[in-house]
Amino acid sequence: MPAYEIEIILNRQLADCLSIPVFITDTTGNLIFYNEPAEKILGTSFEDTGEMHVETWSTIFKQQDEHGNLWQPENLPLVRTLRDCYPYHKTYWIESLKGKMEKISVTSYPIIGRAGKFLGAVAIFWEAKDL
Amino acid sequence: MKISLRGVRGSIPTTGPETAHYGGNTSCTVVSEKDWILVLDGGSGMQKFNLLNNTSIKRIDILLTHLHLDHIQGLGFFNPFFDPSLDVHIWGPASNTHSLHSRLSRYLSPPLFPVLLRDLPCKLILHEIENSSFDIGPFTIQSRYVIHPGPTVGFRIAGQHSVFAYIPDHEPALGSMGLFTDKRWISGIDLALNADLLLHDAQFTTLEYKNKIGWGHCNMEDATRFASLAEVKHLLLTHHDPSHSDEQLNELISDLKKRNNYSFDYELAAEGMEIELT
Repeated sequence: MPAYEIEIILNRQLADCLSIPVFITDTTGNLIFYNEPAEKILGTSFEDTGEMHVETWSTIFKQQDEHGNLWQPENLPLVRTLRDCYPYHKTYWIESLKGKMEKISVTSYPIIGRAGKFLGAVAIFWEAKDL
Repeated sequence: MKISLRGVRGSIPTTGPETAHYGGNTSCTVVSEKDWILVLDGGSGMQKFNLLNNTSIKRIDILLTHLHLDHIQGLGFFNPFFDPSLDVHIWGPASNTHSLHSRLSRYLSPPLFPVLLRDLPCKLILHEIENSSFDIGPFTIQSRYVIHPGPTVGFRIAGQHSVFAYIPDHEPALGSMGLFTDKRWISGIDLALNADLLLHDAQFTTLEYKNKIGWGHCNMEDATRFASLAEVKHLLLTHHDPSHSDEQLNELISDLKKRNNYSFDYELAAEGMEIELT
């Protein structure tokens, strides 16, 4: 398989240096990398899983509003970024692997390379302070 | 395919007996096959280039990896520019902000240089490249962006019987994880894969690199590991640091060979070296 574009590689190198969870997907949403802080959210390690198809990793999250109503995936920042090639930010609730509700904020942005080509997307998860 | 090294020094030309063996001219390599000539980068090594009255050649192609000064400072002294009978093509990395012509003109215009790019007597044709594939005579060439400050590409040049990979400025191990083992995550690896010859940046020692992370260059250990992962047949380490004397370079390559036992040949590039790939 060919190597990833350097813009993707550099995003991974940056993610490796950060203490906040970072997910990197290709243009179709397949999870091609997540860093160590993100492993706590997914409950698994990149070393163990390698890359994950979008159908596999997207079902791990159960995103809800403050009233416990389930959200459709198309409202998630990363999904919107993949669709529109535009950055998004949203605060919402997810059910953790232990069944506990946690409030998080997600910022997503598209990776647009030097040639102006859409190469993938990044989602950063923050611990939300206020909804 | 014949490879002639005209300049292997990084950053700035050096002169003096202490660098006479490996040479003091900055990046320039000439690749030829049949009557076709590619000049890779226009460092100070370019000034020695001439066609020696070879009238059968009507076209020369200059392939620039990037536009840092040590890769273009020889352009103003490139004889074919001043021959109206020649077509000279310059291929250089595209930028989102300025054209190749505009960026080259920053150097080839007063006050830095007396002759304007547009006034050169040759027929000049500029080509902006990115992650591109193109043919020049018998050569099929791939350019790919590689990790180095500013738009920078490396080249994979396939001739009729051999492949030469040229990545003189490259920091593939930038970041906390160093060089990944999964090849898909290594900048430039596609260019070098199974090449007969790879000319690769190895400006720093491992110790020097610790204080120069992000400067866009590679250390010797990473360069040889990169070549190993790419499974090349022969590696030439280039872009020698201007502070490294011949004596120091000999010590560094000797130490490197003691620590690493790779199955491929590797050595330091030296100005004047000529290699025939068959």
